[in-house]
Amino acid sequence: MFRPAPTRRHLLTAAGASVLAAGLPGLVRPARAAGLAPTPSMRGGSNNYRPGAPVVARIGGGGFRMSGRVRRAGDGAPLEGIRIQIWAHTTEGHERDPASHGATLTRADGSFEMDMPQIVPAFGQPHGHLAYDGGAFRTVFLRPVMRDRDAAALSADFVLQPA
Amino acid sequence: MRLRTGLAWGGLAAALCLPLALATASPLMQWRGPVYVTGCLAGIAALSLLLLQPLLASNRMPGLSPRQARRLHRLGGAVLAGAVGLHVGGLWITSPPDMIDALLFAAPAAFSLWGVLAFWLLAAAVILAALRHRAGLRSRRWHSRLACAAAGGSIVHAMLVQGLMEPVSKTLLCLCVAAAGAGLLRRRRASRAERPPAPEGAGPRRRRREP
Repeated sequence: MFRPAPTRRHLLTAAGASVLAAGLPGLVRPARAAGLAPTPSMRGGSNNYRPGAPVVARIGGGGFRMSGRVRRAGDGAPLEGIRIQIWAHTTEGHERDPASHGATLTRADGSFEMDMPQIVPAFGQPHGHLAYDGGAFRTVFLRPVMRDRDAAALSADFVLQPA
Repeated sequence: MRLRTGLAWGGLAAALCLPLALATASPLMQWRGPVYVTGCLAGIAALSLLLLQPLLASNRMPGLSPRQARRLHRLGGAVLAGAVGLHVGGLWITSPPDMIDALLFAAPAAFSLWGVLAFWLLAAAVILAALRHRAGLRSRRWHSRLACAAAGGSIVHAMLVQGLMEPVSKTLLCLCVAAAGAGLLRRRRASRAERPPAPEGAGPRRRRREP
């Protein structure tokens, strides 16, 4: 059977069509009238999560700063006393090690901060994990990736939706 | 002639071993357990073998008879399959949820998709090689194509991973793997074109395309 080899025109047409197909839904989606949208969980965010990790002043020896802000979906009000669990592969241990996990509570302005050991690349990327898994809001797992693997800080924000 | 043979094999040995040696000197080594390190190094060894295999398949290395090259290629294939098994197994033991995500194509990182794609392509190439004679297939065409596609996937996988490999040696090794694979496919195509078309009905199974 004779099948013509794809020409440049075919390839360009196909590429153009897929760009349109991928981009259009994003462009025509109506603006959200409800205000601040909730943060969706990230892929792989819940990997090696440990339910009930204790609230700690610092994970291990510290030296790396994980920070962020927690707000309510819709009106964007800062949420105080929200428990955020943090874990990562660091210079002091693997993601799975219980000692690599710790939780902290947000302040009145919704911000949180954890002193933890330096994150190092693991499974191909330098990344951290954060979880909100309280009862009042829907569970969210984040997995932010560091742009600079030598950086000593990483941040991730939560917008939570009431459960 | 002997000098050429020595240079070719010495160069190949350096291309295969240097990236691995440099990886063992990575600062990340100190923060990884033995199982994780084994899994990582097995992946690098597998990438190196993807350079050796096409060179043996087309008998490009001097000083080898076609038969020796074929036998070495078979042995290389078995070691490659073992290395890939160690890579996947080592990472699985290190972090099961990350590997489950990867194998289900649900991982957050793009390199993971490429790695799993390469894994399945390579598995298909190995199975095809093992069963080719039993299945009565004379053509090596699909084995080469699958293996070269697996090599392509592995290159993208390796280049996107931030891991033990030293970046310059990694890039050079990937370029070598790409060149060896592309060279193999080109030579296979050229050797097919040179051969006169078989008369209709000739050959045991009336296959229109011969190897």
